[in-house]
Amino acid sequence: MIVTLWGTRGSLATPGPETERYGGNTSCVSVHGREGTVLVLDAGTGIRPMGASLGPAPRRVDILLTHLHMDHIQGLGFFQALFCPELDVHIWGPASTQLTLQARLMRYLSPPLFPVYIRELPCRLHLHEVGEAEVDIGEFRVASARVCHPGPTVGYRIRDAQDKVLTYLPDHEPALGALTFPALPREWTSGAVLAEDSDLLIHDSQYSAHEYHDHVGWGHSSMRHVLDFASLVEARHLVPFHHDPGHSDADLDRLLSEAIEEANPAFRVTPAREGATFRL
Amino acid sequence: MPSKPIQMILARQLASSLATPIFLMDAEGTLIYFNEAAEILFNQRFEETGEITANEYAKLVEVTDEDRKPIPYEQWPTRVARIHRRAVSRTIWTRNRNADWRHLQVTIIPILGEGDALHGVMNIFWELS
Repeated sequence: MIVTLWGTRGSLATPGPETERYGGNTSCVSVHGREGTVLVLDAGTGIRPMGASLGPAPRRVDILLTHLHMDHIQGLGFFQALFCPELDVHIWGPASTQLTLQARLMRYLSPPLFPVYIRELPCRLHLHEVGEAEVDIGEFRVASARVCHPGPTVGYRIRDAQDKVLTYLPDHEPALGALTFPALPREWTSGAVLAEDSDLLIHDSQYSAHEYHDHVGWGHSSMRHVLDFASLVEARHLVPFHHDPGHSDADLDRLLSEAIEEANPAFRVTPAREGATFRL
Repeated sequence: MPSKPIQMILARQLASSLATPIFLMDAEGTLIYFNEAAEILFNQRFEETGEITANEYAKLVEVTDEDRKPIPYEQWPTRVARIHRRAVSRTIWTRNRNADWRHLQVTIIPILGEGDALHGVMNIFWELS
């Protein structure tokens, strides 16, 4: 599979010279399979350039939403594929205990927040609610699991026919409430079974250790937490993701080098950079 | 080993930070966690016991009503809450194996997730005497 990062920023799109290197678009990652399957992980503002890059339109695109916070769906209405009548677009995402996925998406895809109603989109739209499940999407086996983050939120584990595994946990606070982290085995740690033995782990790393102290419960991890989480699950390659909008490129370089020096990880670490591509 | 449901992971995180004795049972009735405050009820630490299945638990524990009449297993508050998916609050006497009898108010809350799926029950104890 080929994994491309189109948006790496958390919370709010942050364009400008200070974020030019790691990027200012919010969460969006594409996954292309050898047989032509296209998965889109989240629909932040990065989905607009991702859609423009699709070229001759595939017949089907699957968008896997982790949750419905604005930085993960804001680009949805600007994704070209939704306006192609010949295209099957499947949107996967978590329902709440009270509302369907469609009802929750309609809160954004309807006036006054957006001029077009979801029912007016020209593509052939299919909505799927996910929780704890495994499904086949084209050549990929996709597992989802609910994870620790405010509101209904899932992570995804994507396995291809060559048994290569990508795990995507862009908004995740597995250390919530833990006196020391990680102290519990994988089955008692949010997201850990989903992410075990990943070839590539894309994971929330929004805060410094100092910043995390003031944001406990907000649903995000510190750089150190994600390094420890990746050790727990024995990931082979970690991509710290969902950069804080207040962090410049220079801040990210400093935070990552400090955390790596402290944790001395046994795996490869590559901070998420808009436009970066990984081949598994 | 499969992951515990996120609802139970969060319940354990909460229980582990409280001074109130708490047991967590999963949807099958297996005791999957008790916190430090509950060790006095069990005379053991969770690290020593590990998980205890419903059958093992029923053999380890005695439960009586206020008049010290044994409560049949089918009517144990934790089982009623789990099977009937409703909150239960009751005063009981209980002891585990060789521990002393304890007079307790117990409140059990079913933990229900999306689609009303039962993930387990949280047993909260108050010592009365």
